[in-house]
Amino acid sequence: MKKVQIVIVGGGPAGLAAAVAAWEAGCRDLLILEREEALGGILKQCIHNGFGLHTFGEELTGPEYAARYIEKVEAYGIPYQCDTMVVNISEQRVVTAVSRSEGVQEFEAGAVILAMGCRERPRGALGIPGWRCSGIYTAGTAQKLVNRKGMMPGKRVVILGSGDIGLIMARRMTFLGAKVLGVVELMPYSSGLKRNIVQCLNDYDIPLLLSHTVVDVAGKERLTGVTVAQVDEALRPIPGTEQIFDCDTLLLSVGLIPENELSSMAGVELSAATSGALVDEQLETSVPGIFSCGNVLHVHDLVDFVSEEAAKAGLAALHYAEGKLPQPENQMVVESGFGAGGVVPQRMSKTLAEPVQLMFRSRGVYPNAAVAIELDGAEVARRKFRILTPGEMVRMAFLPAWAAEHPEAQKVTVRVVLPQEGGEQV
Amino acid sequence: MLDVIIIGGGVIGCAIARELSRFKLQVLLLEKTDDICNGQSKANTAIIHGGYDAKPGTQKARFNVAGNKMYESVCAELDVPRKWNTSLVVSFSFDDHDKLEELLRQGAVNGVPDLRIIGQDELRAREPNVGRTAAEALLVPTGGIVCPYELTAAFAENAATNGVKFRRNAEVISVAKTEGGWRVACKDAVYRTRAVVNAAGLYSDRINNMVSEDEFHIHPRRGEYYIVDKKYADVFHAAMFQLPTKMGKGILVSPTVDGTVLIGPTAEDIDDKADTRTTAEGLEKALRYGSLTWENIPRKDFITTFSGLRAHSDKDDFILGEPADAPLFFNAGGVESPGLTSSPAIGQYLAESIADKLGAARNEAFDPIRHSIPKFREMTMEERARAIAHNPDYAKVVCRCETVTEAEIREAIRRPVGARTVDGIKRRTRAGMGRCQAGFCTPRTIELLCEELELDPTEITKCGGDSYLVQGDVLPNAEEEGGEQE
Repeated sequence: MKKVQIVIVGGGPAGLAAAVAAWEAGCRDLLILEREEALGGILKQCIHNGFGLHTFGEELTGPEYAARYIEKVEAYGIPYQCDTMVVNISEQRVVTAVSRSEGVQEFEAGAVILAMGCRERPRGALGIPGWRCSGIYTAGTAQKLVNRKGMMPGKRVVILGSGDIGLIMARRMTFLGAKVLGVVELMPYSSGLKRNIVQCLNDYDIPLLLSHTVVDVAGKERLTGVTVAQVDEALRPIPGTEQIFDCDTLLLSVGLIPENELSSMAGVELSAATSGALVDEQLETSVPGIFSCGNVLHVHDLVDFVSEEAAKAGLAALHYAEGKLPQPENQMVVESGFGAGGVVPQRMSKTLAEPVQLMFRSRGVYPNAAVAIELDGAEVARRKFRILTPGEMVRMAFLPAWAAEHPEAQKVTVRVVLPQEGGEQV
Repeated sequence: MLDVIIIGGGVIGCAIARELSRFKLQVLLLEKTDDICNGQSKANTAIIHGGYDAKPGTQKARFNVAGNKMYESVCAELDVPRKWNTSLVVSFSFDDHDKLEELLRQGAVNGVPDLRIIGQDELRAREPNVGRTAAEALLVPTGGIVCPYELTAAFAENAATNGVKFRRNAEVISVAKTEGGWRVACKDAVYRTRAVVNAAGLYSDRINNMVSEDEFHIHPRRGEYYIVDKKYADVFHAAMFQLPTKMGKGILVSPTVDGTVLIGPTAEDIDDKADTRTTAEGLEKALRYGSLTWENIPRKDFITTFSGLRAHSDKDDFILGEPADAPLFFNAGGVESPGLTSSPAIGQYLAESIADKLGAARNEAFDPIRHSIPKFREMTMEERARAIAHNPDYAKVVCRCETVTEAEIREAIRRPVGARTVDGIKRRTRAGMGRCQAGFCTPRTIELLCEELELDPTEITKCGGDSYLVQGDVLPNAEEEGGEQE
């Protein structure tokens, strides 16, 4: 068994940023384990632009964004192993991995950073009735086929779900000569970024059907069409509103699920709201010395924020491995109040050295609303937003002074304040 | 001239093939679709039934109980996963006590051992998560669960190893009596054989009615199912049946040998033998009745849904053996539930009758042993290290959800009667059967099929026919146009 100060599971944007941050803080004994053949994670197939505006102040493609970090990893000489699948992590931080070149390896890690990313919800999870034919892909799988494998899944496309990958793929398939007949979204609003709706659908006259869903799938062998119906407020299909789209391909962009199988093996407690680990402001999970960041912690909207979060995890992991990370004690619980879903972190120390970025997604579309932060019911901050939508992550800083001013507080609540409640006055 | 042609590559056809390979016979199995295990055998409840359910005196009762007794040795010889987890038939009203008693009596007449009725306390001690309204249950100690795909593949592989030939994509379009035997025609080939076995499942009526005045008719009965994530593997220990109704055995909630939980099937008589669609109504019904057994079924953790058709015949029983007017034509028709359980016994019975009629000698070289593809996910770390040292492809995990490696996928393609499609790989290895439902592994699986079979990606299908996965290169004209796209 080999001792390593920090083992990073995953060489995507989160793992890379965590590694770079740890190295820059002085760590010289770390290792990135990546299951695919190259570093970069999902960014390898995200060949569209729009990455890096916050981090680098310029618009990069996914591979370019990843390259900024990979170049640093190479320049610093940070060790990494590709084609290496982690198959177990123990509560004692023994990481077991397999690879063609090394066989089975065990690492005794001073700290572990979980950076495995997320996966897409499949058709089966939705229970869409109909035939089980070919031609139904999650948007990310289609993106991999097209952008990495050079294979065209089909020519007449319907997209179910308006998550960002679905929107990006609507435009991508159009570029490649396919006809995208429409994007069908169950909710009355899109779950994707506004800029993607404009740049990927509106610019190419691709219709977005809100409050609609796919109610039947036709085609015994290959997909031949889907039936789309409008849904009522309870999201039930409305009889008589059915329309049939003749298509050979259905892409699904209906949600991402953090991939926490390894976290569970290590005994890490998960949140029902985010499907990611429960963490404190240091991004430490319920298992001491195991940290989580990026889309395995909670699904982000922008990679820039993944990098920022992961850098923090890299630093905290180093401090833990060096025995310098304060013991998690005297913590407050962070709760999601009205309109807020899955606030991260879920626990927070009362004695903070620096502001903590609270992140969450709103549970509905709220124009002209505000977000309030309360300590045991006493409001300490309120910020107005032109609009809150589930597609965009909300970030608000929690200042150390607030906790200092309320030393008895046990609970931090983040909630949405509607305009009629006074949300627009602030 | 062949000795025997078996029509149909489901679990029954493959079981018969394996049993026939114990004899010195030239045997050919013809399967209509692109793969074996493609009809009822792939879409059923995966239960080894005790045998309490069939009417005494029927072929179903006889072969169910006989088949059940053979399972342990068959699964041991063929290295097929099975689990003797017992079955429970749960009643939801104390008024139904008599019906449980009736089932118990029926089971006893059929020869099912050790049946007994358990009360509330024992039921809840055994199954703490059973629904609040559950009253009593019939305990079936000889009930079990099995992997139906692996069982079918195992029968086929072992048969092939012992000399049986298999042809897929070979639909039989006619069967006719000739002098000294039978003429069996496919679209692209005509065969002459001394004997024919009809194991055509949903289409066994069509084959029988080509040669016999003693007609029967299959009325497909559709059942819809949900599969729930492996994290609920321990919610129930036994296969949880509900008291049977006229339309079938009720909605079952059962663990599978792979750790997922199955909910279903509904029972709906339909006309189209190919209509394996799921419906909003059927799926809803499965959940409604299923929630009697399992309250608060976790809807966010469904992995997939599917439907299967049972080959229910108008004779309401298995139709086994030679019709009076068609000697050396052997039916294994109308085989529906408990067909999977009965398969070893049906295979043995028919093979022995055929061998007897044909005067066949024993095949002294018959090897009953077949080894499963070694499964990475079931290995200890030491076994994994050895497997990788022996074959480095074991280090390359293709399906993350089920932890299936490239070595397993390549072997599934290379084996006798090996995988030719993405679904074929799925059923032989579980790659793509997990939580992400093949999202991550499909692109690599396509590549592996191309490498192993020397095919172009456009020739790879999900499940044969027109179920292609990709249409070609993203820039098909790139080369001719000097790399530029219009």
